[in-house]
Amino acid sequence: MSALLEVDSVSVSFDGFKAINNLSFNIGAVELRAVIGPNGAGKTTFMDIVTGKTKPDAGRVLWGEDSRSLLKMNEAQIARAGVGRKFQRPTVFEDQSVSANLTMALKANRGPFGVLFWRPSATSAARVAELAEEVGLSEQIDRKAGELSHGQKQWLEIGMLLAQEPRLLLVDEPAAGMTLAEREQTTTLLRRLAETRAVVVVEHDMDFVRRLECKVTVLHQGSVLAEGSLDHVTRNPDVIEVYLGR
Amino acid sequence: MTRQPFILRNPSILIVLAVLAAFTVAVTLMSAAYGNGAIPTSMVKVLGKTLCLALAAVAMDLVWGYLGILSLGQMAFFALGGYMVGQWLMYARTETIVAASLAQNPIPATPLELQEAVANQIFGVVGSSDLPLVWTFAHSLTLQLILVVAVPGILALVFGWLAFRSRVNGVYLSILTQAMTLALALWLFQNDSGFRGNNGLSGLQNIPGLEGRDQATLSVWFLWASAAALAVFYVLAAWLVSGKFGSVIRAIRDDETRVRFLGYPVEGFKLVVFTLAAMITAIAGALYYPQAGIINPAELMPIASIYLAVWVAIGGRGRLYGAIIGAVVVSLLSSWFTGGRAPDIRLPGYVVHWVDWWQVALGLSFVLVTLFAPKGIAGIFDRLSGLRAPRRAAPRKQEVKA
Ligand SMILES: Nc1ncnc2c1ncn2[C@@H]1O[C@H](COP(=O)(O)OP(=O)(O)OP(=O)(O)O)[C@@H](O)[C@H]1O
Ligand SMILES: [Mg+2]
Repeated sequence: MSALLEVDSVSVSFDGFKAINNLSFNIGAVELRAVIGPNGAGKTTFMDIVTGKTKPDAGRVLWGEDSRSLLKMNEAQIARAGVGRKFQRPTVFEDQSVSANLTMALKANRGPFGVLFWRPSATSAARVAELAEEVGLSEQIDRKAGELSHGQKQWLEIGMLLAQEPRLLLVDEPAAGMTLAEREQTTTLLRRLAETRAVVVVEHDMDFVRRLECKVTVLHQGSVLAEGSLDHVTRNPDVIEVYLGR
Repeated sequence: MTRQPFILRNPSILIVLAVLAAFTVAVTLMSAAYGNGAIPTSMVKVLGKTLCLALAAVAMDLVWGYLGILSLGQMAFFALGGYMVGQWLMYARTETIVAASLAQNPIPATPLELQEAVANQIFGVVGSSDLPLVWTFAHSLTLQLILVVAVPGILALVFGWLAFRSRVNGVYLSILTQAMTLALALWLFQNDSGFRGNNGLSGLQNIPGLEGRDQATLSVWFLWASAAALAVFYVLAAWLVSGKFGSVIRAIRDDETRVRFLGYPVEGFKLVVFTLAAMITAIAGALYYPQAGIINPAELMPIASIYLAVWVAIGGRGRLYGAIIGAVVVSLLSSWFTGGRAPDIRLPGYVVHWVDWWQVALGLSFVLVTLFAPKGIAGIFDRLSGLRAPRRAAPRKQEVKA
């Protein structure tokens, strides 16, 4: 299995503090992966590096069949290359309707002039309706995103990610603020998405991770502490000490 | 899928156009040249200039209200547009006068002599008699009209590219725009800038080729031109903010990082809007200064751009018609209060002279609007129309789970 994303000995420090320390991480083109680790382990920083928000001090980040370096690309270029990201706290455009949020995320020409002359079509309208249906927001499609509940915003953001049709999906703590039923829906959705693409999920909630039934990577102090099935890593004494035993 | 043309989907555009047309017709019918003369020519000019300011405010609203960049240098573009058209106005008119006086000579003047005489006439005040390089195209109306949009456009493009690329944002960007207009003003103040220093350009109300028309007629023509420009660019701006492009720029205003992660080249969008707004503002300026008659570097001082921001804030930013309302209401009130015609308020022991106190009142109302009516005057319209029609986005009744 060739890797879609290859993170190779990456380090980054903030004011001398090593947030990511010689981290290496691979993920295949069709794979579901959970990343766990205590607070401050560097999980969000890892996503920042992959998505171009933070430039590492050392290391390589390679992408796709032709191993392009993501470090030379800016956030927008990386997103267009097929990396989608869901933030820790829901970030939707609160001032705009659910359908406007989804329409913006739809895969289409992203240049200013391409956008200027873009016109909604029957296909695009149907796609937006379909996405809204998928994340359970059909009823709310004309409402402003700001009027949605916290959980609904999470879903809207997931809908926007789907609209982007990314090849790699980075999801930071999706279960936060969701009800039990919503969590179950989310795990089902993430597992289904991972049937056709790579999905990396950062999550604190162990039950949530268990339901994902996937390979788990444990981060600690900016590097990989253990990797394998959830049962495998939870038996690892190092992991128990730094994370589970607390 | 059939969609109505966007103008029909946005009734506010039709209302604005109708009001603008009615206003223009009414002023024309009361003008000295085409009507009963109820409105003196000087007032026609004030109204025409106000339309130009309204257009600058619409452009400001694009940049600030929609894109989220509080540019405090917009009036630099406005003044540059004025300078560019002013160069031709002054050159062509001086040329006519000089040619007429040289025609008295027994030997006809060569083109070079003519040019030297013109230069001497224009630049005598700053102690120079050479035509500066920046006046190379001043003989041609077409070229200067191209420069009206090209010079501010290129300035905005270069400035924007440098600023946006290094991700200067928020208050730092505002300060940078202010520094830009201040630097430009200080440069223009110098006698050797080529723009006649603090004298600026004058006599711009005399339009070469139209010497036979009196100011009463010209003032109405400029009113029409200003109204037409406002209408055209209002529709353009409304079209720009109506569709997905509008969605994206408002998204940039609210959370540009998130927009980047959606794959949009944020800098490109900012550049397009900033540059386009600069060009629209310049066109407004090119129509304004022939009505004002004179332009000098003081027009570029940061305070002018700050006023523009205040008008847009009071009118209601993020609403294009709000920008027009703000510019019209505040600038007309300003000229009324500072014109000495507003009755003073006699308090026991103190007389409030509006000439002195208007600025204070304006500043105070800006603070009040910011605090209590962040959507400005346009927000009141929103609330009124909200009373008539039930909110489309009214929360639906949630299903109650047993
Ligand atoms: N921009 C920054 N400047 C300085 N320090 C930072 C910055 N970003 C992250 N850090 C630090 O780097 C470390 C890793 O942070 P990160 O957000 O990646 O942790 P995390 O694993 O996502 O934690 P959590 O589970 O709390 O979300 C933390 O100690 C954090 O304080
Ligand atoms: Mg985190």
